[in-house]
Amino acid sequence: MAGAKLEPRAIALRVVKEFKDGMLVNLGSGMPTLCGMFLPTDREVLLHSENGLIGYGTTIENPDEADLTLVNAGIQPVRKRPGMAIVDHAESFSIIRGGHIDISVLGAHVVSEFGDLANNTTPGKLVGSLGGGQDLAFCAKKVIVMMTHVDKNGGPKLVKKCAFRLTAPRCVKLVITDIAVVEIDEHGLTLLEVLPGWTPAEVQELTEPKLRISPNLREMELV
Amino acid sequence: MINKVVATFDEAVADMKDGATLLLGGFGGPADNAAYLTAAVARLGVKNLTVVGNIGGRGGDSLEQVRQRMAQLLHWPTDAYDVGLLIVRGQVAKGIMAFPAAVGHARSPFEIAVEAGKTQIELVGQGTIAERVRAARAGIAAFYTPTGVGTFVAEGKEVREFDGRAYLLERALKGDFSLIRAHKADRYGNLVYRNSARTFNATMAGASTITVAEVDEVVELGQLDPEMIVTPGVYVQRVVVRPKTPQPWDQPM
Repeated sequence: MAGAKLEPRAIALRVVKEFKDGMLVNLGSGMPTLCGMFLPTDREVLLHSENGLIGYGTTIENPDEADLTLVNAGIQPVRKRPGMAIVDHAESFSIIRGGHIDISVLGAHVVSEFGDLANNTTPGKLVGSLGGGQDLAFCAKKVIVMMTHVDKNGGPKLVKKCAFRLTAPRCVKLVITDIAVVEIDEHGLTLLEVLPGWTPAEVQELTEPKLRISPNLREMELV
Repeated sequence: MINKVVATFDEAVADMKDGATLLLGGFGGPADNAAYLTAAVARLGVKNLTVVGNIGGRGGDSLEQVRQRMAQLLHWPTDAYDVGLLIVRGQVAKGIMAFPAAVGHARSPFEIAVEAGKTQIELVGQGTIAERVRAARAGIAAFYTPTGVGTFVAEGKEVREFDGRAYLLERALKGDFSLIRAHKADRYGNLVYRNSARTFNATMAGASTITVAEVDEVVELGQLDPEMIVTPGVYVQRVVVRPKTPQPWDQPM
């Protein structure tokens, strides 16, 4: 029987391990912003925010300490950090579109086996939002999706074909969920890591497309 | 003598007409929107507006809901009037927006208006809105962007390949009024901003026939370091100073 699943903050810890020294990283709204709580201290990673912050600091949890003019794109108050730079929105997206973002971490409603991303309209809603996610999905050097492995009804979020309109086709390269790490390339999905307490077969049951098992399959480690 | 400072918010938007296109500089944070200019447009009562910006609004009753929901993160100002105020008053015919839907299952004033058939939506990503506006300011008619190729935003748009990659043709987007918020101005209209409140404000500046800046303070000419000025006054036609304490939106000012 399958084990427990990771809490969102624990998934964030695993995502942050992908950030290498010197990288410029953008955290999408929703779950990915949690990564901002766990900036690595042993390497310099710069966070980019759509609203024009480059190299901002950790999120502020006490509203009395918040500066109303210093928020990230998820409208979370953040700290200044030495070396931080501020630009306007057009420049901020020149940075994105120009391919200067090393990693974009995005949330998703569903991701297809070839990396198609759908995250622009909450299921059941008439109006959607693209935010800055479409520019990031098309133009970041690497797109990582951070999400739960299944939706609220237990249905798979890694699917053969996206039923929702796409934000961007064939853009996602890595998916980090509450039970597994899955790589995506032109051949489909490869299971790289499974959470302790889970077997590859149990992860496969919650994944619609066929998972290839990496020859280097490992347990998911958070630190 | 050049003096772009006007006395009241009402005066700053008095010549706005029905059917105007407004470029709104707010991102959706608590202190990055031209709140009192937005309130003046609500008082003026012009209709059939096209609004260009990021979010679908938190005006009307939803402002108080947002204040309560965000209370554990930050103290949301009581006077953070935004495009939602115009939407709930039926002044908006169309939105060209990147983030019109509220997060999750909440509904923004704009979503409610679209669902009721009162308002049209053109959904465009932030980068494309920003560059369309920047192009208008810079005299560029159109540009090719990779963002959106092969998705719903590409419908009806030219796709062209350059060096093996496909790009969409996007048109410049000029406004009648840019309503922006800045920190300090001088009488030439030179502007500096604060932190992430620069956002779309500095982007929308100069992309409309009339750009109006709502500022915390007007300083003497020469007090803004030329190296630090973000928006040169040539992009700004009017400057108006915010009140020191929150005021109700429906009071002439």
